[in-house]
Amino acid sequence: MALPDGVQYRTFDGEERLATRGEPVYGEPVADGWRAWDAHRSKVGAMYELGMEPGLDAGDHVLYLGAANGTTASHVADVAGPTYAVEFAARPMRDLLSVAETRGNLFPLLKDARNPETYAHVVEDGLDLLVQDVATRGQARVARANRQFLSDDGRLCLAIKARSEDATREPDDVFADVLDDLREGYEILDSRRLDPFHADHLAVVATPR
Amino acid sequence: MSEGWFAGLTADQVGAERVREGSADASDAWPTRAIEAGVATSEEAYYDRLHEATTAAARTAMEERERADDQQVIHAVRAMDDAGRMANELAERVAEWAGSRDAASGTGIEFCRELAATDPAEPADERLISLAERAIELDDERDALERYVERVVRDAAPNLAALAGPTLAARLLALAGGLDSLAKTSSSTVQVLGAEEALFAHLRGQAPSPKHGVIYVHEYVRGTRPAKRGSAARALAGKLTIAARIDHYAGDRRPSLEADLDERMRRIRTGGEDDGAA
Repeated sequence: MALPDGVQYRTFDGEERLATRGEPVYGEPVADGWRAWDAHRSKVGAMYELGMEPGLDAGDHVLYLGAANGTTASHVADVAGPTYAVEFAARPMRDLLSVAETRGNLFPLLKDARNPETYAHVVEDGLDLLVQDVATRGQARVARANRQFLSDDGRLCLAIKARSEDATREPDDVFADVLDDLREGYEILDSRRLDPFHADHLAVVATPR
Repeated sequence: MSEGWFAGLTADQVGAERVREGSADASDAWPTRAIEAGVATSEEAYYDRLHEATTAAARTAMEERERADDQQVIHAVRAMDDAGRMANELAERVAEWAGSRDAASGTGIEFCRELAATDPAEPADERLISLAERAIELDDERDALERYVERVVRDAAPNLAALAGPTLAARLLALAGGLDSLAKTSSSTVQVLGAEEALFAHLRGQAPSPKHGVIYVHEYVRGTRPAKRGSAARALAGKLTIAARIDHYAGDRRPSLEADLDERMRRIRTGGEDDGAA
């Protein structure tokens, strides 16, 4: 698998680790301007570690749903071009704002990803990549509602959290239902459990259909 | 056709308000549209303006929500208690009235639900069933308010909510008047919040000091044997005070607080330390 420009394995304290170039954000190890990308704290990072291709390329125009405090969004913005970061909770926004301070291409939006009309006047269409990591019920519905921002050959990079859909059912049953729902708007290119980095999460790469 | 956030902005306007309040039915190639409209001279200049507008909008929206959250919790938990009390009052009236018409009738909200599912035979039944429906609606509203409180209190005071449970956290915020005041309240006061009557009786010299106020509903107080309950209440109040201060001054989640509390409680419940000892 080829890593995109801007993502490399670098040596930190004698250990080969995934890294991007940018201002450090969460106390991660830094060497020669590169910052380690912790796969245990980032689902996109875990996807790279597991050999998946999340569909991120240098300079891409990206919409990131569920940016939280910006851990993963900061690495994505290190690699990508304009990156719109939607987060619903006020609390993590403070951290996300400090990530955006050192990244002129990161645009924080305190909005609900379930209501794309509340940010469609800001987020441009024809995007290359939609990253989604929202801990809400109806994750497939969110992905379908935000499909309008993607170009026809764009990529959806989705982390499905089983517990957010239904904490009482078997994760595999939950994933099957979410994938069925997702197929209404997307063609699934790849999917894989994120163990051992993230328990009960399924990573999905898809393209609009 | 939808308009972008920048429509009609002059050169000296940031446009944060538009980012926050605006909306569009459909997205568009906004950078191109902005350049066409003369709002920016290049894509780079457009993204600079966008960065300024989105960060300013996110900051003010965040600050407003952080400020407001604890007050919203307080209104909601009071409304929850009001709705619950009124639902019970109406249910009692329904039970009393229904008992006069059918000696075998039941009581409570559950009985209201049974009654509401029946067909009225007489005009009095119509009124009685309608009244039962009002009680059920109020009870449903109480439940909806509880769910709202549970959600919002985790935003307003995440550590306090984790340690106390969402409803007790909300009641403590209401008794103190807000997170700001709760964070400035001593642990010994937090311990007796909600037991003001007993506390003032004690201060007048007419009663023993109360061991606990509203924190009595916490499993770690109620579920501890009476001889240790005072120690448990004091320890719980101490941890809740720390949680409220972290929520107010730092704001990040500290899962270690729960482990600390669990460990402290385990020692109180198993140890030989009697109530009243330090």
